[in-house]
Amino acid sequence: MLRLFKRVIKTGWKGFRRNIGLSLATILIMVIVISLATLLFLLNPVSKILIADIEKKVDISVYFKEDISSEYILEVESEISKIPEVKDVEYTSKDQALEKFIEKHQDDPVLMESLTELGSNPFLASLNIMAWEPSQYEQVVNLLETSSFRNLIDKVDYYERKPVIEKVFSVVSGLNKIGIFFSIVFAVIAVLIAFNTIRIAIYNSGEEISIMRLIGASNWFVRGPFLIQGIIIGFIAALITLFITFGLCCGFDARIKTIAPDISIYSILVSNFFFLFLIQLATGIGLGIISSYIAVRKYLKI
Amino acid sequence: MLSINNITKAYPSRRGNSPTIALDNVSFEIKGKEFVSIVGKSGAGKTTLLKLILAEEKPSNGQILFDDLNIHELKSSQLPKLRQRIGTVFQDYKLFPSKTTYENVAYVMEAMGASEDEIQRDVSQILGIVGLTDRADNFPNELSGGEKQRAAIARALIHRPDIILADEPTGNLDPYHTFDIIRLLVKIYKLGTTVILATHDKEVINSLGKRVITLDQGKVVRDEERGRFVL
Repeated sequence: MLRLFKRVIKTGWKGFRRNIGLSLATILIMVIVISLATLLFLLNPVSKILIADIEKKVDISVYFKEDISSEYILEVESEISKIPEVKDVEYTSKDQALEKFIEKHQDDPVLMESLTELGSNPFLASLNIMAWEPSQYEQVVNLLETSSFRNLIDKVDYYERKPVIEKVFSVVSGLNKIGIFFSIVFAVIAVLIAFNTIRIAIYNSGEEISIMRLIGASNWFVRGPFLIQGIIIGFIAALITLFITFGLCCGFDARIKTIAPDISIYSILVSNFFFLFLIQLATGIGLGIISSYIAVRKYLKI
Repeated sequence: MLSINNITKAYPSRRGNSPTIALDNVSFEIKGKEFVSIVGKSGAGKTTLLKLILAEEKPSNGQILFDDLNIHELKSSQLPKLRQRIGTVFQDYKLFPSKTTYENVAYVMEAMGASEDEIQRDVSQILGIVGLTDRADNFPNELSGGEKQRAAIARALIHRPDIILADEPTGNLDPYHTFDIIRLLVKIYKLGTTVILATHDKEVINSLGKRVITLDQGKVVRDEERGRFVL
């Protein structure tokens, strides 16, 4: 048994070497397929970071009436932070609001002038509320409007921002759906291409496979070397893809950081190294084995 | 050893014509250690008969018993064991184009699980017998017709099968090489192996003086102990 197994491995390796041209062509196709799997794998954390980044920018502000003291507002703040949908609440006093405004518009003489003309601080104290998810803002606002402190509130600017928030929400869920859809479509195309390449490679050996059967070789003795070739091709393709992935991630890391500072594909790659290599190996070797198995089966029916 | 019982093989026709009958109710017995020639014109059913014995095809009717084993009731996984008891020389050689002469001959022994030492010893010996020692490392496309045929015979013999099926083994050869091959088959027979030779070569049959079964349009028309080629 062990002798047969060794022989199958040896024959598989020999077949790989003797058909080196065809083997290399199959490896090339496999590299493309595994690269696609890698891309889908890396895009997932990148898109999560991007989406989280957009979501962070969405919040609602509750403005309090002119005469409400900061103690009251801080009490309200602690009430609001108890709402399960609320992720974070931040208090901005009248003075802080003024400071922020001046800081932001100090270079705009018209605005600065009109502020001095007013003579007093026109800003209201406010609470910035962030929910866990964009869809939860509606609920938070409803809770605020039915709460005991609704008389203290001057206005909630949710209604002004509502269209933006809803748009972000629909874009995020849309992006997820499109991502899943394209992942599935690409994966199916890639698998079909890899399968067909291997099938064509084995088609050349179709007659040999039939002869092997006719002179008394068992199915596994015939099939084995082709499966070994599939494994070798998948393994080499996975290794090549790993090198390409590393090269590209190192090369583009700095450029991507200038566009999206939160994203470091290099660190995503390093922290997922083993899992990524496992996915690449599984894609390559899995495709190699399954395609060879199915392609050979046709010629064994004799 | 081999019992052919009422074998009929019909190939379905296209366009509604009646099916083609390749073999029509054929029966005969082959005892162990016999040299049997099966003769007939092209299309008489010789190759079909050999294909049925090798379980490459299934009969439409009847059965073939190999030592009381109905070969067409065997499962796909049981066929290798049957085929390892048969050595086949195909009309078109059927050598593996991607393997050397040595590897072609060694393949059956490898599939049967023989050790490397046994394989090396036996393959060298058989290549010596068929005169291909110098061509061991050549691929089939580097061999002449006669050499290919001898390589095919070496492959059929290497594992010492109980039966040799030879389908027109001299079909593509000149008279000199033809008798070379026939002498080889007779030698194998004398060493105790049953040989079934399908041919339409009149001279070969008449020179042998062995049992001849004549097929015509799928039927056995003659079965003689020391037969001659009569059609």
